[in-house]
Parts: sequence; structure tokens; C-alpha cells
Amino acid sequence: MASAHHPSGEEDSPRDEAFRRELVGLIPHLRAFARTLCGDPTAADDLAQDAMLKAWDARNSFQMGTNMKAWTFMILRNQFYSEKRRSWRQSQLDQEAAERTLVAVDDPEAPVALDELRQGLAMLPIEQREALILVGAGGFAYEEAAAICECAVGTVKSRVSRARRALQGILASGAYRRDGSAAGEAMASILADAERLSAIK
Amino acid sequence: MKRARSKSPSLDEARLRQQAIGVKLRQMFDEVVNEPVPDEFLNILRRADEKRSGEG
Repeated sequence: MASAHHPSGEEDSPRDEAFRRELVGLIPHLRAFARTLCGDPTAADDLAQDAMLKAWDARNSFQMGTNMKAWTFMILRNQFYSEKRRSWRQSQLDQEAAERTLVAVDDPEAPVALDELRQGLAMLPIEQREALILVGAGGFAYEEAAAICECAVGTVKSRVSRARRALQGILASGAYRRDGSAAGEAMASILADAERLSAIK
Repeated sequence: MKRARSKSPSLDEARLRQQAIGVKLRQMFDEVVNEPVPDEFLNILRRADEKRSGEG
């Protein structure tokens, strides 16, 4: 019956085998999504591995034939937030920082460099960042992104649109110039100080 | 200038910039997608399956 011989001596059911094959195919996407949420590649791979394991453990609750990519992204996202639950404050600080950086876009800009984009993305509130990534890079429709983020479609649309505007403002403001990371370091230390102060309280 | 025909050149400019950002976003994401998957992922998955067998 079972299609694959297993090292442990047990054989996967055909369903498990199909699930495993599809899950393995999604690993690169899980890594990419995790990287945009975490920033740090090592932490991102830890997150992606956790999500992969959780998906495997929960495979019996997955309905084969439905969108496994969206399902695993939702698992990864939940995992990320459950680990991050105590740092909601940080996301608020990020939002304030991004808003402070917003300026009018009035001069032509050189092509966007990837480093600047990464740094600009990191300044966005996490809700906006994930919405923009899912729709703008992950290839998800608004409806799918809404399902992954467990929010309304309109909320996703508004987050994506705000993220686009904010990102453009950040990049256009030159807060992150190619010739140095001073601005980024300054912002990071401002955020760190604010965190430390609020922790002391 | 041809651009002068447009009512709002800055809107065109903004649109172009959004497109550039969109292209870069996908490029950034795809860079990671195209990285080889570290062996650790498959090892972890295999161990999880063996553990399940052990428990069963």
C-alpha cells in the first residue's frame, strides 16, 4: 500500500508521501517569507524549520488539494507572532519611526538598491511589511493574504497601500544612503534606547 | 517635453517608482527562494517522521 520505504522501517502512507513532497517544495518559500519577517537569516531559518515541523505534525488537518502554500505561510506567521508576542511595543515604535521619515516625493530617484529596500522594509510596521511581501512578492491574491493574516480583505488592501507609500517615502527621503549606514544605526540605537527606557519603567 | 502633457508628472513618477519597488521586492524574495535549501531542513523532517514511528 505505502509507496515509500522509510528509514525507520515504517512506511509513509501515500497521502503523507504526497504531503511531504509538496511541503519540501515549499521550503524555499517558507525561508523567503521568514527572512522578510525576521531579517536575520539564522533566526529566519529557525522560524522556517519550526513552521515546517508544525505543518508536518498538523498534516492530518490539512485538506489535500487546497492551497498548501497559504496554509504553511499562516503557520509560519502564527509561529512568528507567538514568539514575538512580547515585543508589540517595538512594532509601534517602528511605525512612529516610519512616519517620521515620510517626506514628500518630489525628485527623481536613482534605481532602488536591494540593501536600501531591505532597510526600508525593516522600518515598516510588521503588519504592513507582511501584507506587502505576501501580495507584492509572494504572489498571493489579496483574499489569500487576508486568509493568511486572518484579517479582512480591505485591511490587507489598506496595509499594502500604506506600506507602498511609506516605503517609497523612506527610500525617497534618502534615510538610507548607499554610502553609509549611519542613518540606520542612529535609528536602531534610538529604538534600542526607547526599548530600554520602557523596560526600566 | 512629452511629460508635460500629463496632468500630474509627479503621479507618473510615483507610479514608476512603485513599479521599481515592486520589481525589487520580488527580486529580494526570489533571491532567497532560489538559494539551495540547507540540508538541515530535510534532516529535521526525516527525524520528525522517525520520532512519529517510534511513538506509534
